[in-house]
Amino acid sequence: MIALDGVSIAYGIGARAVVAVRDLTLAVGEGEAVGLVGESGSGQSTVLRAIAGLLPSAAGQITLAGEPVGRRRTTAQRKRTQMVFQDPYGSLHPNQTVDQILALPVAIHRLDRGEARIAQALAEVGLGREHRYRYPHQLSGGQRQRVAIARALILEPRILLLDEPTSALDVSVQAEILNLLYRLRRDHWLTMLMVSHDLAVIAHLCERIGVMNHGQLLEITTATAMANNQVTHGYTRQLLRSNAGFDRSSVSSGELDVAAG
Amino acid sequence: MTDCLLAVRNLSVTYPGDDGDVRAVRNVSFTLGRERLGIVGESGSGKSTTGRAIMGLVGSPGRVAADELRLGDTDLRSLSERGYRKLRGQRIAMVLQDPKYSLDPVMSVGRQIAETHRTHVRSTAREARRAALEMLQAVHIRDPERVYTMYPHQVSGGMGQRVMIAMMLIADPDILIADEPTSALDVTVQTQVLAIIDDLVRSRGMGLILISHNLHLVSSFCDRVLVMYGGQVVETCAAGNLAEAKHPYTQGLLAALPQLGNRRAELPQLQRDPAWMADLA
Repeated sequence: MIALDGVSIAYGIGARAVVAVRDLTLAVGEGEAVGLVGESGSGQSTVLRAIAGLLPSAAGQITLAGEPVGRRRTTAQRKRTQMVFQDPYGSLHPNQTVDQILALPVAIHRLDRGEARIAQALAEVGLGREHRYRYPHQLSGGQRQRVAIARALILEPRILLLDEPTSALDVSVQAEILNLLYRLRRDHWLTMLMVSHDLAVIAHLCERIGVMNHGQLLEITTATAMANNQVTHGYTRQLLRSNAGFDRSSVSSGELDVAAG
Repeated sequence: MTDCLLAVRNLSVTYPGDDGDVRAVRNVSFTLGRERLGIVGESGSGKSTTGRAIMGLVGSPGRVAADELRLGDTDLRSLSERGYRKLRGQRIAMVLQDPKYSLDPVMSVGRQIAETHRTHVRSTAREARRAALEMLQAVHIRDPERVYTMYPHQVSGGMGQRVMIAMMLIADPDILIADEPTSALDVTVQTQVLAIIDDLVRSRGMGLILISHNLHLVSSFCDRVLVMYGGQVVETCAAGNLAEAKHPYTQGLLAALPQLGNRRAELPQLQRDPAWMADLA
């Protein structure tokens, strides 16, 4: 459903270009959920933005649902690929009600039955009719993220791109959103590509997990291998250790030193 | 306990609201020795407000009340703002979440550390500079001379947090309150920063209060954990025994965490019981 072949993405042009993602090849099958982990600056979010068409790729080919796509997307291609962003406080228009937020994509894509679609999308993410005419500031963080998911789902996409969908949320709310995403994938046969720094969150939804560092895909492993600590790459092992909590013995004195600049 | 650095009994923080007072912290009691105490809870549970109340940083219109709020032999309740200013930095220090916002953007980081030293210790500029360089070395910065002259926007998040720790520890306080000190950092850097805090707190015999939402982190780093919900401490336990927590809220939080070794189709969702909000004390 998603095929990336030797994709590189750069910010800036010429000699000052910063290559954020280098020669990335990855395939995600239909209905599959694949995760990308790594530290900030590794380029995972850049990959999602390029797939969504928000960034041009410098080299390589992105193929979505069998169609090679370029910088300019057709309306149908855009409709097929939707994205949910990290910060539900920043990704919703503060002066629009939930109803307006959901009505906009319906209008842009000239879909019929707008009313019914909005009601259905809200029901699907577990929001009631009472939330429909509220502004984002009248909602909690978890409810906002549900609205952001509803906005993506209202176009009936085949591919859902998730950029740290739960990292701004409390643990109890995170569990609710993860359960929601799990049900949506099962019920709609959605293809998901998800980015998170939390290995346990990624492993909860995704079976295959790509580990990124410095713009490169180091390895593709599985949630089962991570759970059993059967990872090959040293960097993945380091991530696993850090995720397990604080362990003084895992840091040697040498590792503590940081050079200036 | 003879080694009691901080005693808090029935601490409450109240903010006036449109529909009556909002009680952000309700009857919180604990003592802190030379140990690492963790406070966990979700957003809005009052954990940061507790830390700020101890630091005397709850501004008007918030009100702080306590039966006992004692730092060593100093009664914090009757302390004037002037008295508090002397105490902050010298006896209690606080590290906040994001070094980007807690450092002065137009002053080099070295001068900021030296300034803290001169505020609390009578020292010459030269002595303060030397102390600041030593402190940068203590937080494992390899090239202190260079970092001394750098501005906050030139240092990375992990280095900025080291600078904050250096600045907070230079006056040798008895207690360090760290409010989400590593939440803005990457996981691998997080472990390094925590290791530095751990080493310094141990070697100087300080008391540490670590405020965090991260259950794994607190249970693996601290000696003792307070779990807060709705402004109250619902449970206190040894950090190693957090898995055997008794309160349904703590149990619910632990169950709601996705685990690598235990994949479940659906995570149990936390069912909030209104009874948890009832006054405990």
